[in-house]
Amino acid sequence: MTAPTTGPSGTGPEPTGIGLRHLLSTDGLRREQALALLDTAANMEQALTGRTVRKLPTLRGRTVVTLFYENSTRTRVSFEVAGKWMSADTINVSASASSVSKGESLRDTASTLAAAGTDCLVVRHPASGAPHRIAAWLDHVAHSHLGAEGHVAVVNAGDGTHEHPTQALLDAATLRARLGRVEGAHVAIVGDILHSRVARSNAHLLATLGARVTLVAPPTLLPVGVAGWPVEISHDLDAVLGGGPDAVMMLRVQAERMHGGFFPSAREYAIRFGLSEARADRLPDHAVVLHPGPAVRGMEIASAVADSSRAAISDQVTAGVHVRMAVLYHLLAGEDVA
Amino acid sequence: MGTVRIRGARPYGEDPTDLYVRDGMLVDGVDDPDETVDADGLIALPGLIDLHTHLREPGGEEAETVDTGSAAAALGGYTAVFAMPNTDPVADSPVVVEHVWRRGREVGLVDVHPVGAVTVGLEGSKLAEMGMMAASPARVRMFSDDGRCVNDPLIMRRALEYARALGSVVAQHAEDHRLTVGAQAHDGPVAARLGLAGWDPTAEESIVARDVMLASAAGARLHVCHLSTARSAAILRWARETMDAGNGFRVSAEVTPHHLLLTDAAAEDYDPVHKVNPPLRPAADTEALRRALADGTVDCVATDHAPHAVEAKDCEWPAARPGMLGLQTALPVVVATMVTTGLLDWRGVARVCSEAPARIAGLPDQGRPLAVGEPANLTLVDPDATWTVRGAALASRADNTPYEGMEMPVSVVHTMLRGRWTVQDGKVQE
Repeated sequence: MTAPTTGPSGTGPEPTGIGLRHLLSTDGLRREQALALLDTAANMEQALTGRTVRKLPTLRGRTVVTLFYENSTRTRVSFEVAGKWMSADTINVSASASSVSKGESLRDTASTLAAAGTDCLVVRHPASGAPHRIAAWLDHVAHSHLGAEGHVAVVNAGDGTHEHPTQALLDAATLRARLGRVEGAHVAIVGDILHSRVARSNAHLLATLGARVTLVAPPTLLPVGVAGWPVEISHDLDAVLGGGPDAVMMLRVQAERMHGGFFPSAREYAIRFGLSEARADRLPDHAVVLHPGPAVRGMEIASAVADSSRAAISDQVTAGVHVRMAVLYHLLAGEDVA
Repeated sequence: MGTVRIRGARPYGEDPTDLYVRDGMLVDGVDDPDETVDADGLIALPGLIDLHTHLREPGGEEAETVDTGSAAAALGGYTAVFAMPNTDPVADSPVVVEHVWRRGREVGLVDVHPVGAVTVGLEGSKLAEMGMMAASPARVRMFSDDGRCVNDPLIMRRALEYARALGSVVAQHAEDHRLTVGAQAHDGPVAARLGLAGWDPTAEESIVARDVMLASAAGARLHVCHLSTARSAAILRWARETMDAGNGFRVSAEVTPHHLLLTDAAAEDYDPVHKVNPPLRPAADTEALRRALADGTVDCVATDHAPHAVEAKDCEWPAARPGMLGLQTALPVVVATMVTTGLLDWRGVARVCSEAPARIAGLPDQGRPLAVGEPANLTLVDPDATWTVRGAALASRADNTPYEGMEMPVSVVHTMLRGRWTVQDGKVQE
């Protein structure tokens, strides 16, 4: 017996030149697609440089809706700014996922927004896979009733503990700008890998781009099934730093994880896995420190390190807008609209 | 009741013969039968028995009722099903089990045997009135908190001891809930990549290990529901080899069709039609479960037929309820995984789908040989009639089948319960 395969993939047939219909994960994103997105992001940055009015006409008449079931300032604002700088109409919808049983279903909400003329739905949701589900539902509707015209592009802006693909893209853009390359770079990702959508997206994207990735965490904060990822694993931060990585990405660690028995105390975590000044001082001169934010200073990263010149945290935020412009561009505008 | 001649059926897939039915029994011949059914090429099996069905009535009628669930069972070749007690209200009292039993009798398509709850409200803290349920007209002989584990070892020990005097078996949903908080999918590479909280297989295995020890000490009978890992099967083997059965200790186990066929890779598209408890496991477990069923380590197949209304499945994975339909696809999946692969012949299918469940549940008139003088509970299967699963076309109220679009290798054509056709030519006989 064989099962038919259904559901959307992150990639698919045209409409935009790089074959991107939705951006749901970096897992499965092809190298040339990732490079095209990064190149477009760099072009966006150039196009905006020196302009007093930061407004490109690229997405005029297109509607981008951010549908956020979790609180987020930086990601939502970043998408909204990205849309507005390309003249898209951006609408923010906040929803609560807490009243799942009482509230409107995810499917109904997505269908309503699609029927109201949304061209792109940017979704953040506490459930892993929620954007995949939305893409599958909307593709099904578009396929049955609307044809190609009805396509609604879905962007995953962070789903549960699954992925946050635009975060990984902006991290790669930042590394490119700081290091001049991603390919061949050694990147250590440190912290709560188990619960981190940022780690998953980065592990796949960085590997696709040819970087060497080492995940550093206590065994309790690594997925049991991590073995198949294209990464190396370590439980010893000092040993990894001793290898002279080109970049260190510190992940936020929620103090409440202590109560789940993931680690004994914030103090012990900071001592074993925090990026202290002393540790940062041992990094090669060119090494970059990344943090997706919001950072817990004194826990996973010392304030002095977060504020140091090797920290690229504000570069990441800036790159975020350009990367999201690139994503919206490739999903919504054809090559002909450039 | 009329007499029937079933012409040319192949009992257990063996040489064709004619079967005769009179007064609900198999007899050695009837003169001038009221009805003759051409069963040329069809395989005759004793009516199938499902130890693990969720009929959802009372309280979950939007997903299934005794009527629709009985129809699904009959169409699947079943002549008896055991209805799990996690209804609303919970079947933890004589009133509720008797209600379910009476509803089954009214519908009359399949023998509906209510399973009684082990603890009040399935809450795991206070024993339900097992003796009164056993003494009710429903004659409950199997108790389970299915859906929940009897997690407290002391309560489990008491339940095993108490059930022993009732001639009953405790069917455990083996899951240490402390190890599965928030768990969504088997704790392996697929869950890790999909970001679904991992479901640790030791949650099942540690309870199975604990329970065989408790049951062995109590000289009691334990049945392990929906056993899903290679190590759980190994624990059963070890228990049978090392623990004395002289005091009445007996352990049995069931495996579901979906754990024989599907793997955790099914979660890939996040469609929660594949969300189930225990979760789908890696292929290595699937293979081990097939071997364990073939060699008798696992006694029988049970469907864990779990209908859910569309809202409970047409949503994001973590919000979805676990469970999948199984009654109408069970036999074909067993054939695909066990017969086509050469692990079981049709006698083996009769053993794991009918005889063993009847023995475990203590049903005297079901799971009997196809022989003169035995009750006429029959399933007639066309071994060459393939069909494609469409959830909307199944008899259940719900349509949450994980096999949508899949081709099944065999079809149940007729089902007979005590001499009366409940299904003929794939149609329910009201």
